[in-house]
Amino acid sequence: MLYSEKVMDHFTHPRNVGEIPDADGVGEVGNAVCGDIMKMFLKIENNVIVDVKFKTFGCGSAIATSSIATEMIKGHTVDEALTLTNKAVVEALDGLPPAKIHCSVLAEEAVKAAIADYYKRQGIDKEIPGACDGNCECCPSAEEHGH
Amino acid sequence: MEKRFVYADNAATTAPSREAIEAMMPALTDEWGNPSSLHTKGQRAKELIEQARATIADRLGAMRSEIYFTSCGTEADNWAIRGAAYANVKKGKHIITSKVEHHAVLYTCEQLEKEGFEVTYLDVDGDGRVYPEQVRDAIRPDTTLVAIMYANNEIGTIMPIEEISAVCKEKGVLFFTDAVQAVGNVPIDVHKLGVDMLSLSGHKIHAPKGIGALYIKRGIRIQNLINGGGQEAGKRSGTENVPYICALAKAIEIATDKLGEVYKIARKRDRLIDTVLKTIPNSRLNGPREGRLAGNANFSFDYIEGESMMLLLNEEGICVSTGSACSSRSLEPSHVLLAIGLPHEKAHGSLRISITHETTDEDIDYILQKLPEVVLRLRLMSPLYNG
Repeated sequence: MLYSEKVMDHFTHPRNVGEIPDADGVGEVGNAVCGDIMKMFLKIENNVIVDVKFKTFGCGSAIATSSIATEMIKGHTVDEALTLTNKAVVEALDGLPPAKIHCSVLAEEAVKAAIADYYKRQGIDKEIPGACDGNCECCPSAEEHGH
Repeated sequence: MEKRFVYADNAATTAPSREAIEAMMPALTDEWGNPSSLHTKGQRAKELIEQARATIADRLGAMRSEIYFTSCGTEADNWAIRGAAYANVKKGKHIITSKVEHHAVLYTCEQLEKEGFEVTYLDVDGDGRVYPEQVRDAIRPDTTLVAIMYANNEIGTIMPIEEISAVCKEKGVLFFTDAVQAVGNVPIDVHKLGVDMLSLSGHKIHAPKGIGALYIKRGIRIQNLINGGGQEAGKRSGTENVPYICALAKAIEIATDKLGEVYKIARKRDRLIDTVLKTIPNSRLNGPREGRLAGNANFSFDYIEGESMMLLLNEEGICVSTGSACSSRSLEPSHVLLAIGLPHEKAHGSLRISITHETTDEDIDYILQKLPEVVLRLRLMSPLYNG
């Protein structure tokens, strides 16, 4: 099988699918031309991510990385969520095929984009290293991220 | 509906038939001699090959000496193009093909470009068709070969091969057609078609993988493919795969016998296409409604991606394929879907369902039940869908 059991589990039974209408931060990365878009919604109280939802257009691993990324940040502080790396996502899924590593990068970027949006709404002037501006040019950026 | 296993990826490969497997057995058990050996054991194996060659020639309207066995369709494609290109360099180094060919043809042409040849890649219309006039307009004094597939492996478009062939004949240019997907779907008579070369593959018509053939019209000279013991009239050396050659002949025999029943497959496919387009909003058929392979259906579904569709259908026991980039090694979606003018996002959301004689009405019912569920399930996860 192309994917690990963990990936298949998160793909076929994705956690936290949906939207949060009154989200405190929303991030969207990727584009339809490249074949994957991730949109992440955060509900934040006292600097803690109390709820998170996602919607993803993409392949099995794009859905699985979104799903596990939401699990990995839910209940954690914003600062903790910012330390989420694509490598951690890959490890949590028991690995991804080489051609799918960029999906984990998108998941990391989606979280960062949502937090960047939260900062913006709160008027917090903080730079987030590695945050995606939502205009991913899939092939080159995947390459930049060591894909 | 009870869970079923439905194999609907017959454009990728087909199940070897019992008859094809049985046809291999004599060459594996008793007649295992080397066909090049002059003793009885060898000559019995040689006879098996020549019988198979005669059967295939007969079914294609060719002569025995015009059929050459290869290890696969890709090998036959590579050989036809490279062989003809290099045999005719004195005349010129220009080749014409189309943008929707199989990679076995496209990448061979790209390699030839690196080696100093010039290649024209013809556009296709929205249904994936090349027109004879385009070929006529593209032929130059230094053109030596035109290579256009008989039927497209992704969207099932059947090309006007006879007409293109006539243009090539008139212009004195060689014409090769990759008929890997066409054999068993349309009647093939090489003389009526007027082609100079034609490739085919065993595993698309219920023979095992690892066997193909190239028809080379008598009098057409192309470069030898493999040097060695002089098998296949010295053009393609290597001890022959006798069992698979026997299986290929049997498979072609059955496939051509069943040509009269192809309409039954087309009828099932039409029910599939009509129902999918009717019951799933924002879906489209890729490729033509008429003039397509009987077993081929190719759809695009808006807002979702093909690999995830394929995987979820697989979870339901349904095997299909997709032209999405995510299922390929590159980040580009299918070159065929892009060539017919589909935007990237629609090409990513494509699904190919390819059926065969073995596909039952119950199989179609099962697909028609599961596919809308899978599409909706993914759409509800998609940020692009506002249903």
